[in-house]
Amino acid sequence: MYDFSVLTNWIDQWLRSQVGDSWALFVEFVLVGIAILTAYAVLALILIYAERKVCAAFQCRIGPNRVGPFGMLQSVADMFKILLKEIITIKQADPILFRLASFLVIIASICTFGALPFAKGLHAIDFNIGVFYLLAVSSLGVVGILLAGWSSNNKYTMIGAMRSGAQLISYELSCGLSLMVIVILSGTMQLSEIVEQQAEVWFIFQGHIPAMIAFIIYLIAGHAETNRGPFDLPEAESELTAGYHTEYSGIQFGFFYLAEYLNMFIVAAIATTLFLGGWQPFHVPGWESFNQVMDYIPSFVWFFGKSGLCVFLALWVRWSFPRLRIDQLLNLEWKILMPICLINILLMALCVL
Amino acid sequence: MTNSALFLVVLLTAIIMVVAALAIAKLLAPSSDNPLKGEPYECGIPTKGSSWMQFRVGYYLFAILYLVFDVETVLLFPWAVVMKDLGMQGLLSVLFFFIILALGLAYAWKKGALKWK
Repeated sequence: MYDFSVLTNWIDQWLRSQVGDSWALFVEFVLVGIAILTAYAVLALILIYAERKVCAAFQCRIGPNRVGPFGMLQSVADMFKILLKEIITIKQADPILFRLASFLVIIASICTFGALPFAKGLHAIDFNIGVFYLLAVSSLGVVGILLAGWSSNNKYTMIGAMRSGAQLISYELSCGLSLMVIVILSGTMQLSEIVEQQAEVWFIFQGHIPAMIAFIIYLIAGHAETNRGPFDLPEAESELTAGYHTEYSGIQFGFFYLAEYLNMFIVAAIATTLFLGGWQPFHVPGWESFNQVMDYIPSFVWFFGKSGLCVFLALWVRWSFPRLRIDQLLNLEWKILMPICLINILLMALCVL
Repeated sequence: MTNSALFLVVLLTAIIMVVAALAIAKLLAPSSDNPLKGEPYECGIPTKGSSWMQFRVGYYLFAILYLVFDVETVLLFPWAVVMKDLGMQGLLSVLFFFIILALGLAYAWKKGALKWK
C-alpha cells in the first residue's frame, strides 16, 4: 500500500535543500492549508451533487441533468450563483453577531476536517487527544447556530435556534459516550494510533457486541448532530421557513449550506476512523492471499469508500423517514440512547478486562 | 509543537477562506438599497415587536441536564484511556460514579424533567 509520508518527506527534503529550514516550514504550512481547503471545496461539490442525485433516485426523478454531462457541473454553477447574490443584513439584526455566526459554523467544520486521517501518511493535525479534539471543535458549531438564530431577530430563526440547541447538545452526549467505548478498547485517543491498531481486525469486529451498539448509536447521534433527515426540526421548512438561517442570503447562506454537507461527511469519516478501520484495508486473520489482494487497493480509496458508504446511509435515512416531533426526539436521546450508552460503556469495560 | 502549529494553520486557513469568499462576494454581488429588504422575513405584514423575548423553560432544563452529563463525559475520558492499566479496581471506583449518575438520570426522569410539556 502506498505510504503518502514518502511523498511528503520528499517534498520536505527538496524544500529544505532549496530554501532554508524556516522558509521550508512556512511553504509546507501554506501547502497544507491549500490542500485542506481544496479537499474541503471539492468534497462539498461532490456531496451536494451526490445528495441531489440520490434524492432524485429515491423519489423516482432524474435530478440535475442539464449543466455538464449528467448534470455534474450543477453544484459548480450553484456555487457561482450563490456568490453573485446580494448579501442582506436586516435592520433589527445584531450586525456583528449576525456575521460572526456563519463564520463560526464553517470555521468549526474546517478545523474538524483538518484532523481526519485521510490515507496512510496523509494526516494534518494529529493530537494525542484527537478524539477529544474532534468532539470539542465540532461542538463549536452549536454556538454558531444559536447565535445565528438569536441575532437575526426573527421569530422563525429564534424557534429554530432553540430547537437546534436542545437537539445538538442532547445528541452530543451520545456521540461522546459512544466514542468513549472505542477509547476504552484502544487505550488511546490519538487518531493515528487508533487506525494503526485496526490493521488486522477493525474495531467494530474486535469489540464484540458493545462496539457494534456504539457504532449504531454513533450513526444515529451523528446524524442528529448534522441537523438532517428525520432530525431536521431546526429547519423544518413547512413550519419555520428555513429555521435558523432564514435571514441569511448570498455567500453567508452558502457557509451554512457548505458546513451542513461537510459535517455529514465528517460524521461519516469519524465513524469510519474509529469503528471501520480508517484507511486500513479489510483483513481476515488467516486468509493470507486475500489480505494481500486487499493491500493492493490504495488507502485513500478505502477511507473514502467507507465514508461514502456511511454518507449514503445518512442520505437513505434522510429521504426515507418523516420528521420527528420534538418530544419524540428528546425521548429518543434521553430515555433510550443515554441509558444504553451508559450500560454499553460498562459492558465494554468488562469485555476489555 | 508541530500539531499546535498545524492547528493554527488550519484555523488561519479557515479564517482566510471565509474572508476571501466574503470579499469575492462583495465584489461580484450586486447591491441596491431598498427599505423593504431590511424587514425580517416572517409573513408579509410588518412584524410586531422584537423576537428577543422570554422563551420556553423546557429548553433550559435540557441545557442544565446536558451540562451535568457533559462534565461527566469529560471526567470519564481520562479513565477510558488508562482503563486497561487500572483494571478491576479502577472499574469499581468508576462504577460508583456511574451509579450516582444513573441515579441522577433516574431522578430527573421520575421528576418529569425529561418530559416535554
